[in-house]
Amino acid sequence: MSWITGVGLTPFGRLDGRTTLDLMSDAASAASAALADAGLRRDEVDGLITGYSTTLPHLMLSTVFAEHFGLVPCYAHAIQLGGATGFATVMLAHELVAAGVLRHVLVVAGENRLTGQSRDAAIQTLAQVGHPRYEVPLGPTIPAYYALVASRYLHETGTAAADLAELAVLMRRHAALHPGAQFCEAIGVADVLASKPIAAPLRILDCCPVSDGGAAVVVSRDRTGGTGVRIIGCGQAHTHQHVSTAPSLTSFGTAAAAARAGLGTRVALADIRYAVVYDSFTITLAILLEELGLAPRGGAGALAREGHFSREGAMPLNTHGGLLSYGHCGVGGAMAHLVEVQLQMTGRAGSRQVRDASMALLHGDGGVLSSHVTLLLEQAR
Amino acid sequence: MTDWTAGTAAVAFQHCPACDAVWYFARGFCPHCGSASPETRVASGRGRIYAVTTVTRAPSPELRALAPYRIALVDMEEGFRAMMHAAPDLAIDDAVQVGFVRFGDLVIPRRHRLGDRA
Ligand SMILES: [Zn+2]
Repeated sequence: MSWITGVGLTPFGRLDGRTTLDLMSDAASAASAALADAGLRRDEVDGLITGYSTTLPHLMLSTVFAEHFGLVPCYAHAIQLGGATGFATVMLAHELVAAGVLRHVLVVAGENRLTGQSRDAAIQTLAQVGHPRYEVPLGPTIPAYYALVASRYLHETGTAAADLAELAVLMRRHAALHPGAQFCEAIGVADVLASKPIAAPLRILDCCPVSDGGAAVVVSRDRTGGTGVRIIGCGQAHTHQHVSTAPSLTSFGTAAAAARAGLGTRVALADIRYAVVYDSFTITLAILLEELGLAPRGGAGALAREGHFSREGAMPLNTHGGLLSYGHCGVGGAMAHLVEVQLQMTGRAGSRQVRDASMALLHGDGGVLSSHVTLLLEQAR
Repeated sequence: MTDWTAGTAAVAFQHCPACDAVWYFARGFCPHCGSASPETRVASGRGRIYAVTTVTRAPSPELRALAPYRIALVDMEEGFRAMMHAAPDLAIDDAVQVGFVRFGDLVIPRRHRLGDRA
């Protein structure tokens, strides 16, 4: 068992002049302030886990940050697992704390992905997730890989692009209540369907933006403060790397990761009250929701339309606006989801507060739905 | 044996005589059983569209000049899946035959409907 004792999050979007290390520091300061509130000194943080930054591609990002921020940790580690990194870092922190190796682990991410490079550079760096010999020469992009998945999904489920668009509309509605969100202007399904085509059937409003931003959490062995947020299960699954070699484009490693985290055994799906699901594209969110059992096959868009995933609905989802509207700065993107859960569980989500966030299911993916991480979080009063 | 990735107008794949596995990305061993003696074969070029997209936003200025272009995943009759370009009229489940076209500085495989000319 471990506890999320501190969280920090910057606004996402265009943050001119802020570097990767600035953004990581901003988020880490906010997360460590929570520790200070609990009477802990900064040097009591004995572990540091970071992800990676495409604008600061260093061999040793964790210790670059430790030096910059003024930490001398007993343990440091930088993880690279694409979009799954945010939750994988937290899983590692949990395992190290639960094993008694560390007491307080600072997990921190940040990147000036929007202003630190040209848009072409960002798109090309990300497209290298493809196979350098058999895929990249054909001119695909990350949206194109996911568009291939979407084409098969629409074909097999009989759904339409308008169903996927509901998920973009939902995330935008949620982002409107968060002052740090990159996009908060309301959109409707018609706006999504009329937006610029990127890779059919995906349009620009089906795709998350590129953002600057940072996020951090502290994972501790002991609870601090009043209401506690406890990590009670973690699991991963890695079925392939390249979309060409995916065993299926309609069944991924989602359920395997969730089962390893204890969903269906330690925690029943019926006990989940709040959902956090990676939403790099509308198709990502649809598939993950359905594979987790939070929506019937082909039914994620319809449930969103009916209000099921809204703040007042039966299963509030990504109430900060998700990657699609809060924004996506790389590793910090998924960690923003985690920060939102901690705020919800400790009753600090303000106008976004849901009635009941007592048990949360979090799921993230990396690559092209190739790497999966599930976390189960429980509120302890 | 070379294929389109090395400038020859062919699609190659590998087969493992030890366990009968078939795969696309070339390597010196079988990823299923570990046998060190896979065979490389030239594919018939016949297959069926599994997934397809039209790329409008290309990743670089050079490719932007060639957009929009279509990218498909094709289930080949030999039992492997391959990414290729696709003719504009193709849809999921269409039976296709590979041809080769120039794409920037490369010659790449492109699918057309079975019976049509590349
Ligand atoms: Zn074999």
